Amino acid sequence: MARKKLPHPPPDQQPHEGRRNFLKQSSILTALAVTPASLLKAAELKLDEKAATYFEQVPLSLEINGKTHKLSVEPRVSLLDLLREQLGQTGTKKGCDHGQCGACTVHVNGKRVLSCLSLAVMQDGKKVTTIEGLEDGDKLHPMQEAFIKHDGFQCGYCTPGQIMSGIACIREGHANSEEEIREYMSGNICRCGAYPNIVKAIAEVKKGGQKV
Amino acid sequence: MDKDFFFDKKKNDPISRVDGRAKVTGKATYAAEHKVPNLAYGFLVGSTIAKGRIKSLDTKSAERAPGVLGVITHVNAPKIPGYQTGKDPAKPPTAGQPLRIFYDNQIFYYDQPIALVIADTYDRALFAAKLVKAQYEKEVHQTELETNLSKARIPTGPRKEDYKRGDADGYKNAAVKIEQEYYHPVEVHNPMELGSIIARWDGPDKLTVYTKTQGVESTRNSIKDAFKLSPENITVNAEHIGGAFGMGLRTWPYEIAAIMGAQKIGKPLKLALHREQMFTNVGYRPETIQKIGMGATADGKLVGIFHEATANTSAYEEFTEATVNITQFMYACPNVATRYRLVPLNFVTPIWMRGPGEATGAFALESAMDELAYALKLDPIEFRLRNHADIDPEHNRPWSSKHLKECYEMGAEKIGWKDRQLEPRSLKDGDWLVGYGMGTGSFGAMRWVATVKAKLQPDGKLLLQCSVNDMGPGTATMMTAVASEAMGLAPDKITIQMGSTKLPPGPMQGGSNVTSTVGSAVHDVCAELKMQIAALASKEGSPFRTRKVKEVKAEDLVFSDGSVALKKNESTKISFQDLFRRNNLQGLEITKESKGQEQPYSMYSFSMHFVKLRVHPATGRVKIDHVVSCADAGTIISPKTAASQMIGGAVGVIGMALMEDLVVDHRFGRPINNNLADYHVPVNADIPNIDVLFVNKKDPFTNPMGSKGLGEIALVGVAPAVANAVFNATGKRIRTLPITPDKLMET
Ligand code: FES
Ligand code: FES
Repeated sequence: MARKKLPHPPPDQQPHEGRRNFLKQSSILTALAVTPASLLKAAELKLDEKAATYFEQVPLSLEINGKTHKLSVEPRVSLLDLLREQLGQTGTKKGCDHGQCGACTVHVNGKRVLSCLSLAVMQDGKKVTTIEGLEDGDKLHPMQEAFIKHDGFQCGYCTPGQIMSGIACIREGHANSEEEIREYMSGNICRCGAYPNIVKAIAEVKKGGQKV
Repeated sequence: MDKDFFFDKKKNDPISRVDGRAKVTGKATYAAEHKVPNLAYGFLVGSTIAKGRIKSLDTKSAERAPGVLGVITHVNAPKIPGYQTGKDPAKPPTAGQPLRIFYDNQIFYYDQPIALVIADTYDRALFAAKLVKAQYEKEVHQTELETNLSKARIPTGPRKEDYKRGDADGYKNAAVKIEQEYYHPVEVHNPMELGSIIARWDGPDKLTVYTKTQGVESTRNSIKDAFKLSPENITVNAEHIGGAFGMGLRTWPYEIAAIMGAQKIGKPLKLALHREQMFTNVGYRPETIQKIGMGATADGKLVGIFHEATANTSAYEEFTEATVNITQFMYACPNVATRYRLVPLNFVTPIWMRGPGEATGAFALESAMDELAYALKLDPIEFRLRNHADIDPEHNRPWSSKHLKECYEMGAEKIGWKDRQLEPRSLKDGDWLVGYGMGTGSFGAMRWVATVKAKLQPDGKLLLQCSVNDMGPGTATMMTAVASEAMGLAPDKITIQMGSTKLPPGPMQGGSNVTSTVGSAVHDVCAELKMQIAALASKEGSPFRTRKVKEVKAEDLVFSDGSVALKKNESTKISFQDLFRRNNLQGLEITKESKGQEQPYSMYSFSMHFVKLRVHPATGRVKIDHVVSCADAGTIISPKTAASQMIGGAVGVIGMALMEDLVVDHRFGRPINNNLADYHVPVNADIPNIDVLFVNKKDPFTNPMGSKGLGEIALVGVAPAVANAVFNATGKRIRTLPITPDKLMET
């Protein structure tokens, strides 16, 4: 509550309630924009909801951690919610749902992507890798090993996102110094404050030269 | 656990986090992630005014929206039995009436839940929530501390006493004195995991929840009181929680709403808050204005300190914390007075946040100490040494242990304190001004009650169970380390089960108590195991039994690698398995309650934080170059996770010092920056290398391991270290946090 005072405007000049509601909603709810119009129609007309749902689902085929999934999803569903809520793959985390924290980072065709900002339907035909897809049998990925060794976490909630980002950071060629790692890992918030250990883990994997 | 992830203890390497593998593979399961079939989703709708009444609610379009299973508001909410008693169903650390969700039409704060929309999918609940419309009767709200100071009152609940020793005005007559005011804005916990719960009714009076809490027992208690269920019929699970930093220390109304919703629709319900709601509905560190008056003799002996804090609370409860308490014992000083006042405002009730009141109070106290040191032209370390409290001046009794002087020494050496100049603006690096600062921290070393069940299994492996959970510090790792040391077992032979009310009761994770409380319980249960093993080893037919030796005691035995040998002659060994086989036993099982005893000592952990930073005068940018945190926390049980905890604390307070500030538009009583893009928290690029140094000396009295808590002292004292370094660099004393560039820019 910053100390600078904002003047109280006279009541007749206060912004209209409806507009404020709208502003609030639109900032919370990007999903609103993509709510299927005919679903709303169907609801208004009290049409059979199941039928409406059926028509609103879009077929989608994508590969997740090497396994092909043939799905049908509402177009408004984010890749993150598809993974967590529909496929039960909860390794990918939701921290903000607005592209502000990095917890939901996955790889799409090998590049880091915020899955909360990606609609599932846009991934048709693509290859998605999540934290669950990094192990090779029982063997951990070198980045996973390094996070354990350097204790690059506490609660572990940001960790899948940090690891996916850390791997991408090396692949992109942005892990040449601690300074550079810090900069290119700054899209992944760790509220537990494990940053120095995260940097050590990534620097070690980079130095080790293994293929990531 | 895979053996590779432990370092061999004999090489003296600390063990790695025992749940590390689960966390790096995405297998660690947090509240909203439990697989519960047939799940419905809830979403909360918040009020758009900060005070008044709901005139009318229109939920029709929401109810008609696709997939909607129900909309709950105060109009149709099931009656919560505990709400009718007018008592205190949420058992909060407060006085007053906790918010009863959907109880009536009253609005106490902006974004207070007015409806719960439940649907068959998450997206549908989210969408339908936006169709709920409300009309309000608005009343004038108050959200600003400064303009409401006239309403400041003495708390009626805990921590209400004013404190005085000697003359309250003593400082005023000192040869050198300062009088200053320090300000702390609202800071919000914002753990990365959102507040989440899954509630499932397993029968009309039987409930299971998975929720984000720092204590499953206390959550069960709140639920019991609200829904009037018998405790055996409530299971609360929270093994892993994705950070909390204090916001999980009470049961929030959204959790009650989810349980209510699941009951109403007859299906398990998942309710996860949105990040915006994390700013408005689950507590924060309160806005606090502090006044300090401090005086010393010309040769730097403290004469008196006066410390007053005025913080906000909500309009319906009193939340109090120990903001001024640190001043009562930190320095040897004959005249000390403290006062604590509260101002009710239209926000949700605050809750302890990381190193709670002490961190806020230390910002004022340790900034003032720095100011007075400058006034005296003394090195701030020297000033502190001249006023070192050799005994606890508040209770006039010895410390159980105190090694603050060693912290000063170790830290000063590591940060390069000798390069610091007393005169501000003396050091430059190109365009940048360079400064050094320090701050002291302390927090009570508490030990509560815990019960641990130990099962030494036929294969010689050890299973330990306790309901305590882990928001990140590494509870299971600490328990493993204690048991491994006590039993001479490799860490991979030890399994920890925790975070459920199905297990023996443990404490909440708060107040830096868990290592002391649960670690001791593990220690005690292992001691008991060892006695029973000794008894088995004394039996007829045991190779340890001779004509002369009829009884072997635990202390006569060496425990290592899952077997025992006589200390006097280690060549004969028996493994636990062998012992069990010989005695026809299916292992050993012991459940033991363990708690501390009143001691004639004052028990505190201490810390000392050093900061070296640069300030760019043209832009006002602060760049922290180095942090050294030294802790006197007794024996360090698990060095690797302990260091991470210290680092994490310093990072958290760098946020408090430099960026965190919930900005409220007081015209409407609502926060402007209620998201992680606008509310700034430290990111990787803000954080330098942080060195952690432990004194690592056993406290003889706190508990059998001699440990003291770490979680809070990691933070307490960091913010003033930053502010003091900024002054050393620029000559500008910033008493209003956060220290943002606009406060330092020189044009
Ligand atoms: S959840 Fe996607 S960036 Fe935060
Ligand atoms: S480990 Fe908890 S947020 Fe990063």
